[in-house]
Amino acid sequence: MTAAFPLILSGVQVRRQGKTVLGPVDLTLCANGTTIIVGPNGSGKTTLLRVMHGIERIRAGDVVWENDDPAKHAFVFQTPIMLRRSVAENLAYPLMMLKTPKDQIDMAVDHWLERIGLESSRGTQATRLSGGERQKLAIARALIRKPDVLFLDEPSANLDGHATREIEELLHEVANAGTRLVMATHDMGQARRLANDVVFLLNGRVHEYGPAEPLFATPSTLELMAFLRGDIVS
Amino acid sequence: MGIDEELWEISLRSLRVTLTALLIASMIAIPLGTYLAVQRFRCRRFVISIINALMGLPPVVVGLVVYIVLSRSGPFGVLNLLFTPTAMIIAQIIIITPVIASIAHQSMRELWAEYHDLLISLNTSKWQRILTLIHDGRRNLLTAALAGFGRAIGEVGAIMIVGGNIDHVSRVLTTAIALETGKGDFVLAMGLGFVLIGISILVNLAIHTLTRTEREGRW
Repeated sequence: MTAAFPLILSGVQVRRQGKTVLGPVDLTLCANGTTIIVGPNGSGKTTLLRVMHGIERIRAGDVVWENDDPAKHAFVFQTPIMLRRSVAENLAYPLMMLKTPKDQIDMAVDHWLERIGLESSRGTQATRLSGGERQKLAIARALIRKPDVLFLDEPSANLDGHATREIEELLHEVANAGTRLVMATHDMGQARRLANDVVFLLNGRVHEYGPAEPLFATPSTLELMAFLRGDIVS
Repeated sequence: MGIDEELWEISLRSLRVTLTALLIASMIAIPLGTYLAVQRFRCRRFVISIINALMGLPPVVVGLVVYIVLSRSGPFGVLNLLFTPTAMIIAQIIIITPVIASIAHQSMRELWAEYHDLLISLNTSKWQRILTLIHDGRRNLLTAALAGFGRAIGEVGAIMIVGGNIDHVSRVLTTAIALETGKGDFVLAMGLGFVLIGISILVNLAIHTLTRTEREGRW
């Protein structure tokens, strides 16, 4: 359970080039579990995550954390952004920005390199890693600061089954250790495997929100029903 | 003094003046170019346009302005810098700073577009962002600095005016070439030209080797 929650979004709206891409959104996320945001392409999943993380400018509304400490949030982007540095230096970077003592940085880097199985690639340039390795590195880099909340934007998009499994195992472990996960995905299998509660977004609005099991078993709207069937929903 | 000794003297002076100007100009231009890439402020586009326009600053005009400023009747005449290597360095700094800043800005802007979301999401400070970009974009910044070096080492108009091409004081390779060409000694002028080209290539190679620019797996 994290002290940062509940997170309350009220009347949040995001506009780009005169067009509303999100909102108005009213949503309250509680302190426990893993929240999965699902919805068709362009429904606003990424924008909603960015709003919660505070890296998207909102046009209207409020985003209120119980205890807001930006250093306790972390974000994993759909396409991992790798610094033009070695794998170890990428991992060390967030701690360096916090001016963490070098011996502590080295210990944390060693721990995470071992955890994600990249010890032998310590000195390799991060941009030379495979897609799955990059995403694992991005997740480890996000987690190295021990965030209370981890936002993930489709972390296993474009990855093969093996890499997806490894990432899900890592996320399970992190969630069990107490980190609050908020993740967008279009992979309904993954949503079912990871979710405690689900936000279904459609056309930039929260269409349904609730505990995962009942929501998947008995969706209350035709749109979610169609989406779960794999139909095209717009 | 023999021709070899004199050649050494003016070659070393050329290098000293140019490298000093390059160092100072880089210290101004690289943070400036990077700052312009990461910071949004009013008149930012105007500042960038001015810097880009100053890339084409006529060296002779720079020389003239520096001459007036450093001449006895000028505001800095009391410093007695006219016709010294220092005056030549000042002129070169003015000429190459916009060149380095403009190229640095272009490459830092691209790197910032790549890093933007990550550095914002890590809640980094403005200075941390600038230092990160300079660190990770150092190979591109090296190219910017080398462009400035190329412009400075071959510069003749401004340094002729503010340096005066005085033997054993402010004569450098380019002004010596101009002098020998004026005297009709084309063989010596050509020889000095090859020395100039050789120095330019050697400095470029040395910097690339020292910074391991083309080493596999590095930037």
